[in-house]
Amino acid sequence: MSDAATSTPPMDVFIKGLWRDNPVFRMLLGMCPVLAVSNSVMNAFAMGAATLFVLTMSSTLVALLKNFIPKQVRIATYIIIIATFVTVVDYVIQAISLDLYMALGAFIQLIVVNCMILGRAEAFASKNSVPRAILDALGMGLGFAFALFLLGAVREVLGNGSFLGFDLFGPSFEPWSVMILPPGGFFVLGFWLLIFAYMKERSEARQQEREEAPHGG
Amino acid sequence: MADDSLWFIFLNACIINNFVLTTFLGICPFLGVSGKYETATRMSMAVMFVMLVSSTCAYFINQILVAFDVEYLRLICYIAVIASTVQLVEMFMKKFSPALFRALGIFLPLITTNCAILGLALFQTFREYSFLQSVVFALGAGAGFGLALVLMAGLRERLELHDVPSIARGAALTLILAGILSLAFMGFAGIGG
Repeated sequence: MSDAATSTPPMDVFIKGLWRDNPVFRMLLGMCPVLAVSNSVMNAFAMGAATLFVLTMSSTLVALLKNFIPKQVRIATYIIIIATFVTVVDYVIQAISLDLYMALGAFIQLIVVNCMILGRAEAFASKNSVPRAILDALGMGLGFAFALFLLGAVREVLGNGSFLGFDLFGPSFEPWSVMILPPGGFFVLGFWLLIFAYMKERSEARQQEREEAPHGG
Repeated sequence: MADDSLWFIFLNACIINNFVLTTFLGICPFLGVSGKYETATRMSMAVMFVMLVSSTCAYFINQILVAFDVEYLRLICYIAVIASTVQLVEMFMKKFSPALFRALGIFLPLITTNCAILGLALFQTFREYSFLQSVVFALGAGAGFGLALVLMAGLRERLELHDVPSIARGAALTLILAGILSLAFMGFAGIGG
């Protein structure tokens, strides 16, 4: 398996996290922050950036230290590494914008238990070289941020009638406020998954048709 | 009703601000383990126990950290405590109830990355609960997690027998179900003002 992993071209390592193995839409990892802080585009963007930073830094460190970490305590070591970077991010966000810090609440500190980060450390960074681990982390982190953005955009536009704080529809718009409340998070993510499943099914059906056509004709 | 009475804290953590359905904590096990009623109940038992132990430990650790003025170590200490509690529960179960240990399988170590547990420890610190309040808060949160998980498992077991469109099978349907459950739980929002 490690042979197969090292033979994929670097570009593929980067691209796969963005779409084909998207952590949110395909692997359903790290759901808690995705649902909780995607009620506006700004929050989603900040959360995506924070997660991207923690993921990249911890993957780099894990890949660097992979020969020194004993097998038995590896999970505990990864968690401590992740917790260190999360503490850094927590203090940085608090220093940059207190409003943002209040809006994200405990979810910045909860990046520690985002299963996607631990999952990438265990499944990829601990088996690959540093540059590949960085590429993988960047791809996965961007894919995560992209998914957060998709959710945040839909929820803010429908639930608040605005995008990044700018009013879109004017004063006569009646906001669909359930969308920024907790149930909206579940619904919007559910509908995105439905759309992706539909697209996948259609492209598979089309491919099947293409394969069958020469034989049939 | 006073905001810090014990009964209100319990009710608040369990139903009004249900950890899973309104605060979005512990979504991963909620989506992953809610397929069968049997495993859902066992999982919630284990989570309840870990919550109780780690909340107690977190309270005392926070006292020590505040005393030494090193709050920036809080996150690292909490996660270390949770990881070791889970390890303890795992060893305990292996010794005294091997059947339950096998039934829970991979889910037991995964409790470490359950955000409901770290979230619980962080929330009780932010809200500056006393020791007794923390314990009640942990009990309420555990009960709320169990309630949501068991409700979801019941719904999903019944859905197995129904004919759903192929694109909705799996995660999408589960999420929409969770949304409807969450809507129902919003109805409790007024209790206690």
